[in-house]
Amino acid sequence: MACPLRCNGALKHNTEVAVPTSPSRPLSPHLTIFRWPLSMALSILTRVTGAALAVGLVLLAWWLVALANGPDAFATIDGIVDSWFGGLVLFGFTAALFLHLGNGIRHLAWDMGYGYDAETTHRSGLFVVGFTVAATLLTWIVILAA
Amino acid sequence: MVEFALPKNSKITKGRHYPAPSGATDIKTFKIYRYDPDTGENPRLDTYDVDMSDCGPMVLDALIKIKNEIDTTLTFRRSCREGICGSCSMNIGGRNTLACTCATDDVAGAEVAVYPLPHMEVVKDLVVDLTHFWAQYEGIQPWLKADSAAPQKERRQSIEDREELDGLYECVLCACCSTACPSYWWNGDKYLGPAALLQAYRWIADSRDEATGDRLDDLEDPFRLYRCHTIMNCTNVCPKGLNPAKAIGEIKKLMVERTL
Repeated sequence: MACPLRCNGALKHNTEVAVPTSPSRPLSPHLTIFRWPLSMALSILTRVTGAALAVGLVLLAWWLVALANGPDAFATIDGIVDSWFGGLVLFGFTAALFLHLGNGIRHLAWDMGYGYDAETTHRSGLFVVGFTVAATLLTWIVILAA
Repeated sequence: MVEFALPKNSKITKGRHYPAPSGATDIKTFKIYRYDPDTGENPRLDTYDVDMSDCGPMVLDALIKIKNEIDTTLTFRRSCREGICGSCSMNIGGRNTLACTCATDDVAGAEVAVYPLPHMEVVKDLVVDLTHFWAQYEGIQPWLKADSAAPQKERRQSIEDREELDGLYECVLCACCSTACPSYWWNGDKYLGPAALLQAYRWIADSRDEATGDRLDDLEDPFRLYRCHTIMNCTNVCPKGLNPAKAIGEIKKLMVERTL
């Protein structure tokens, strides 16, 4: 079977390498069989929460627009915010915010060259999870007590 | 591109079951991914019950026993059986590693699940096509580049400068790291992946190499280098205990430093 080590001679400096593809060969399984380390899960969650926060900010802007539109418009939206569903969304928003913040700080440390070994990475990941839970609960205890 | 589901021809079907010989007491079950290019059928998951009282301790020992005694059609790469050739890399118990240095008893789960390296084209059974992986390695030009006149003897290096290469030169190019990386799964055509980048840094960090600027120019690209999102799977799986993520981080730091 022809299996050239040099993909069509496309190995010049700074050129993209041709990907060998064959429609008949199967692709080996990946996400479904891979045992997820904590850092992988947190990486994906950071991305998901980043997207969720962007959507959440649109909702926040909507709330502010309603505020500018007068008492009737504000009462409508405030009713939604005050419902159990609005509370759930706000709770999710704060949890997403703290997870994104915590992992953001972790990324900042990495980008400065710190905390790369596997054990430190796992511990900093656990710390981010703990920070997210603690900060979210603390925030809501303060909110509900007020 | 991100594609979560496997293509139609890659969906895994139920395979055959090979029971242990009667009288065996210390039985370990191996679930092994099989694909036969000659039949063109979808891959399947075969089950082998192995008598561990007559088998070496490593997963590779069990695979060789299966091939020798139970099913000769099982196909996998292996050579040195001591973690220095990098041939028997595969996904065992959900983790990319070398079968020869992975003790069967240490594998997570009651059964030992053995799959080829993730998100790669399968040639046969546990053998994946590494053509592109090698091409990317060759693409980072893994050799000493120096324009200065060659000295009478070798290019000398201080002990401290030589130490900069520790943790980099030991890579056996088994591809465990690159094929553990989701970024490499989705963008492996353009992203170089942790193995090639670790080697790129091995030459950047070499005090004798004079092409650091060119090497950094070559990597300064949204895909080739910057698809690394510090997911850390590479460092978590490396069977040699190396740290590709840190090497990539060092390259990113050099990219910033040279603009200051």
